[in-house]
This record gives sequence, structure tokens and C-alpha cells, in this order.
Amino acid sequence: MSIDLIANLSYIVAAILFIFGLKMLGHPNTARRGNGFSALGMFIAVVAGLTAEGIVSYEYILGGIIVGSIIGTLAARLVAMTVMPEMVALFNGSGGIASLLVGWGTLYSGDVGTFTAITALLAILIGGVTFTGSLIAYCKLSETFISSGALVFTGQRVVNSLLLIGMIASAVMFCMNPSPDSQWLYVVVGLALVLGIMAVIPIGGADMPVVISLLNSYSGIAACAAGFAINNNILIVAGSLVGAAGIILTNIMCKAMNRSLANVLFSGFGSVKQSKAIEGEVKPISVEDAYYVLEAASNVCFVPGYGMAAAQAQHVVKELGQILEANGAEVSYAIHPVAGRMPGHMNVLLAEADVPYEQLVEMDDINPRIENVDVAIVIGANDVVNPSSREEDSPMYGMPIINVDKARTVFVLKRSMASGFAGVDNPLFFGENTRMLFGDAKESISGVISQFG
Amino acid sequence: MEVVFLTFILVLSVFLGFELISKVPATLHTPLMSGANAISGITLAGAFLSAGAMNSQMATILGTVAVTFATINVVGGYLVTDRMLSMFKSKSGDSK
Repeated sequence: MSIDLIANLSYIVAAILFIFGLKMLGHPNTARRGNGFSALGMFIAVVAGLTAEGIVSYEYILGGIIVGSIIGTLAARLVAMTVMPEMVALFNGSGGIASLLVGWGTLYSGDVGTFTAITALLAILIGGVTFTGSLIAYCKLSETFISSGALVFTGQRVVNSLLLIGMIASAVMFCMNPSPDSQWLYVVVGLALVLGIMAVIPIGGADMPVVISLLNSYSGIAACAAGFAINNNILIVAGSLVGAAGIILTNIMCKAMNRSLANVLFSGFGSVKQSKAIEGEVKPISVEDAYYVLEAASNVCFVPGYGMAAAQAQHVVKELGQILEANGAEVSYAIHPVAGRMPGHMNVLLAEADVPYEQLVEMDDINPRIENVDVAIVIGANDVVNPSSREEDSPMYGMPIINVDKARTVFVLKRSMASGFAGVDNPLFFGENTRMLFGDAKESISGVISQFG
Repeated sequence: MEVVFLTFILVLSVFLGFELISKVPATLHTPLMSGANAISGITLAGAFLSAGAMNSQMATILGTVAVTFATINVVGGYLVTDRMLSMFKSKSGDSK
């Protein structure tokens, strides 16, 4: 049996492990083992890849693997759970730039046919967009260099369209005469990187769950294109699995906001004017009064949002939840699909704080029984609990929300009266049964806990 | 024929991907995403050829950098997913 055949058979084993791994990631009981399966598949694929015909020197490969492993391990071990969205964005970006470089490197392998040239360019384009797009997403998430808001300027679409046309034109020019020395190649690489920046800049912080899952999908598609360029089955299989997974997640996120993908990508939400001002009175509540209400409550539901992550309040939230449970109340945590900055962001934070996942309920499960909730505690969430989405003239009309306004009492923990990311006033704050607990979420909850003590 | 064959694989994998992932509870969205992200580091298997074939200096540089980044993606991605999943606990207290 030739080495090539063994390598290809190993790729089949790796593909099977990836498939089972992804399947098992779909259930909490098997998820960790599934991830292990997938890692084993990756190990087999990598070893098989090392036997590829034509590799004459291993020193650079080993060097790259060692450096990459050290950086990857340190990053994965040291990073705090609260910055997980940033971390995922950076890993995504690494995958993107790797695909770009593989596509580029392929062009040096001697005789480059038209098909190889086209697929290599696709890997460069998608990989480049993934790379800089992820870097911008990282900057927006961590608010380094740029703010998390949407950056929109007049003529943005025109500029982006021109960039896209310029990129396609240069790609065509390159493919007419594919040579690694062609100037068009550098133009394509440059434009792909610029396009990634331009594509993510107009998207605001609260839309990040969509962007991150979309970029995740792109990184898979880029790997897939690289697979076509170098004729490698496992890259195509694994890349398209990831691409499909990313698209599904993106779709779930878009549905949760009742917006189309095009709307998220191209419109700087929030520029819409509020049609009518909300009139009413805000009723603040003190920590002591909040304690009396909670002490008497028999069904309490926490509704966390990005503010909980920002205030790092997940541990005190869980502590309060435990106290309330000990006090005889039924406690649950209702999580909106787009709460936070990445898909499942709140779930990860609450898991970090040791909240058992049975207590985490999804929007569709809590809404039918929200009338039975004595106190809904909204922590740093705004748009996902904004009842104006039920009114036809609201810019948020149609977005499914957690109907906390239908609970018997609502506590809203909030720093100030500023409106949410969408820039739409929240009538919830003026509701008859709403009490505002102003201040830092972590301090407010600690205050309530000390009252119990 | 080669192209048709590769495209065939692509189409089947995409369908398989959609079938596999269509029903994932929201609790697992982040681990699923970062686990899938680690798989996209499969580019690593393709980067070896550029890095080790010694076709030209440029190709070696591109390949080596690609190997480094892809390894960060793979190693970091799997470890961070595992770290997250180790925190997901059931009420019975055993770590899953």
C-alpha cells in the first residue's frame, strides 16, 4: 500500500470523527466527548498531512507547529471567560489568514492551472475577509482602537461595491495569466484585507452574535476553497461542515432579531427615529425594598444581557439565585438567543458561575409561563426585553422578546436611563409593574444578598 | 473529472453539515461555534506542503506562517472549547 493511499484512508477516519464530534456537540451530556473525538480526528488528519508527497524539509513545519501550539495553549488557558467572544474572534481570524496563506503558497507550486488559480484566489479572498473582519470584530468587542458602535458614512455602499468590483476584476486579470509574480496577486490580497475591514465596520456591537457566527462560517468556506486548490478531500469535507454550521448559527441569530442577514450586514440599525415618545413615570426601588419583594417571591426569573458580562456579575447572580432557592423560590434563568455578544454568550458565563444547565431556559419556554413569574430580574439586558417590538410602528417591530413586562413584578438593573443599542426607548422601564434598581449590577445584587444575610 | 468529484464531496458535506447541526440547544451555541472553529483549522494539513516542499523561499515563508496560524486555531480552539464544556454542569453535580 502506498503512503498516499494510507493518508487518504486516514482522512476518511478523520472525517468520520469530525462528523461524530459535531453530532455529539449538540447535546450537553456528550458535548465534551464530542469535542475530544473531533480533536482526535484533527490529530489523525494532521499526521496524515505530514506524509504528503513532496515535503522535503520538516524544520519549518515543526517550528511553526511548536510556536503555534504554545500561543494557542497559552491563549486558551489564560483567557478569562468574560472575553470569550474576543477569543473566538481571534481564533477565527487565525484560521482565515492560514487559508489565505495556503492559497497564496499554492501558486508557487510550479505549473498552476486555471482551476487551481481560481480556487487559490477564492481561498485568498475569503480567508482575507475572514482575517481582517475578525480583527475588526475583536476590536469592536474589546473596544480597543474603535468603539463598538456602527460606523456608517455616506456612500459606504458605493465604496464597498467599488472595492468588490475592483477585487473581482483584479482576480480575473490574475487568472488570465496566473503567476506568483503577477502584480494583480498583491492587489487581490490587499483588496480582500480591506474588504474584510469595510464589511464589519458598519455593524454594531449588539449585532456581533451574527457577525461572529458568519465569520466562523467564512473560515470554513476558506478552508474548503484551499482544499480545492490543493486537491485535498479532508479540507473540503471539514471546511464545508464548518461552513454549514456557521450558516445555521447565523440564521438562528438573525431569526432571533427578526431581521434578514442583509439587513444586519448593510444597515446601521439605530439611525431610525423613534416615532412617538414614551410618556410615563420611572419608579426607582431601593435595595432594601427589592429585598422585601424577593423575600416573598416564590418564582423568580433572571434575564441576563450583555450588561451582566460587562459588570462581571454572573457569580453574584448565581449566589442570589441559590439564596432564593434556599428561601423556597423556584429560580430560572431566561436567555434570549442574541443576549450578549456571541451565540450562547450568557450560557457560558452562567455555566462558569456553576449554574446547572437545567435552570437555563430558552425564550420560547419561558414566555408561555411568564405570567406565573413573581419577579423577573433584568440584568443589563435592554433590547431583548423591549415590549415596543410588539407595536407595528416601532423600528424593532417583530423581534421576538422575552415578555418580562407580563411578569407580576419586573426589576430592571441598570446604570442609567440610556436606551439600548438599537437606540429605541424601552417602554418596559415606564411599566406599571416595573421597578428600576439603578447602579452597578454587581453592587446592587451584592447589596440584596447582604440583606438576606 | 477530478473537479466533478471534488464538487460532489463538497455538496454532500454541506448537506451533512446542515443535517448535523440543525438542532442544537442554545446552551451549546458557543461551544459548537468554537468547536467548529477549531475544525476549520484543518487548513493546517494543507499548509504543510507549502512550508516543506522548498519550492521557493516565498512559498516556504508563506507556508510556515500558515502552519503557525493554523496551529493556533486548532490547538487554541480545541482547548478553549474543552475548557468551556468542562464548566457545563448538570444539577447532579457531575461535570459533563
